[in-house]
Amino acid sequence: MTILAKHAAQRLVYETLHSHGVDVQFDSVLSPTEGMLNGRRTILLGTNNYLGLTFDPDCIKEAVEATRSQGTGTTGSRVANGTYGSHLKLERSLAEFYGREHAMVFSTGYQANLGVLSTLVGRGDHLLLDADSHASIYDGSRLGHGEVIRFRHNNPDDLYKRLQRLAGAPGDRLIVVEGIYSMLGDTAPLKEIAAVKRETGAYLLVDEAHSLGVLGEKGRGLAEAAGVEADVDFIVGTFSKSLGSVGGFCVSDSPDFDVMRIVCRPYMFTASLPPGVVASTLEALSRLQRQPSLRADLMRNALQLYDGLRAMGFQTGPEPNPIIAVAMPNQETAVSFWKLLLESGLYLNLAIPPATPSDVCLLRTSVSAAHTPQQIDTALAVFADVGRRLGFLNSERRRAGGVA
Amino acid sequence: MRQIRQLALVDDKVGTPEKVIRDDISAIFEQVLGHPVNISDRTDIVEDLGMDSLGVMNFVMAIEDFYDISIPLDRIAQIQTVGDLIHAVDDLRSGTPQ
Repeated sequence: MTILAKHAAQRLVYETLHSHGVDVQFDSVLSPTEGMLNGRRTILLGTNNYLGLTFDPDCIKEAVEATRSQGTGTTGSRVANGTYGSHLKLERSLAEFYGREHAMVFSTGYQANLGVLSTLVGRGDHLLLDADSHASIYDGSRLGHGEVIRFRHNNPDDLYKRLQRLAGAPGDRLIVVEGIYSMLGDTAPLKEIAAVKRETGAYLLVDEAHSLGVLGEKGRGLAEAAGVEADVDFIVGTFSKSLGSVGGFCVSDSPDFDVMRIVCRPYMFTASLPPGVVASTLEALSRLQRQPSLRADLMRNALQLYDGLRAMGFQTGPEPNPIIAVAMPNQETAVSFWKLLLESGLYLNLAIPPATPSDVCLLRTSVSAAHTPQQIDTALAVFADVGRRLGFLNSERRRAGGVA
Repeated sequence: MRQIRQLALVDDKVGTPEKVIRDDISAIFEQVLGHPVNISDRTDIVEDLGMDSLGVMNFVMAIEDFYDISIPLDRIAQIQTVGDLIHAVDDLRSGTPQ
């Protein structure tokens, strides 16, 4: 017996998955869309690298120059070791991009949610979370002292009902939803949720981690795309997807926003982002704005993959967004399917409970603006081949019958 | 907690609000699990009824709908047995403005 024996059930799952080689180790990563795996050139179709900027020469150049001139790290928090000029520049750039008064940068997206949620919602307040929220939102809710209530995924009526139940109770209410949900790629019904927020006097926070640079004419995310930015009090996001680095942020017009810098512990008690990361993020944010064609390429690729998979009869999420998840009937099939895809040179995410909603097993893909139409075609051909080999896909019959 | 559970057990015999809640919960369990269940206050919701975490969450939402209450996550985390659940429901119902 060890102190970790309490996790025996999870250990079994881990060992099973490990024996199937699910914990992938790349020999090297060659580009935003390709890596070497077991000596084989592999298409990367599950890295959230939406705009494909991880190998962008300008982003790399900025990161290298900043590292040369300012060093590899800040070796402490901004509270203790001070703020670098580039931290402020990044915060100003984010505020400007979103048309907000304030911005604050965190060392990861996970910490942004931990910090913002635990700071906004105090004792006697009420936090209303979509049931399918990311782990960082759940963990942030536990770090605070407010009362946490889940509402049914993407269900504004259920949210409204729960806010009505709180009628008369003291304390602030904060609604938390995501722009694009990371497992199924579905978007929040933000117009309807904003209406509930207005009617009930709650605050609204949107996590645009997977929608920054993806949705909206300017790439600001779902709030922009849904035309409800004025109703969103706080936007949280990450640099580790469309901006190709690491870090998180929050923007807002709340006039006393800056008090967070001395009350938000996940901001205060961790090292600030290294200069190289800040520099590449700034360049990527600028590129996102200068080159809207990246979003067009991304959506073209997403549509090609989504339509292709559905035409073959695969069951996907409800919307053609850059996250496209294929439902598997059970874990065994999901693992077999995933392994055969990998052996055929296609890497994507095997998502199993509890990371997935409704205990479904998923093959989760995420496309990039950097994928070529040929790479998407190759991916579709591999899916078709593995589907046939596993007898999973009787293409003619299923196509005729249609699948939801 | 234990003391309250004992009280509920005693009250059970005289047909109290706790008994009514237990009967309702039993019916909701049957609905969610799809087969009859035999529950007492000591029944462990996960261990004895074989519910996974998702099952528990769906079950909690069914309970919430039925009683028109929201059970906060920290309260859900404290609920292990049917007795705990009855206590939480009873508590939240009496605390909720009707």
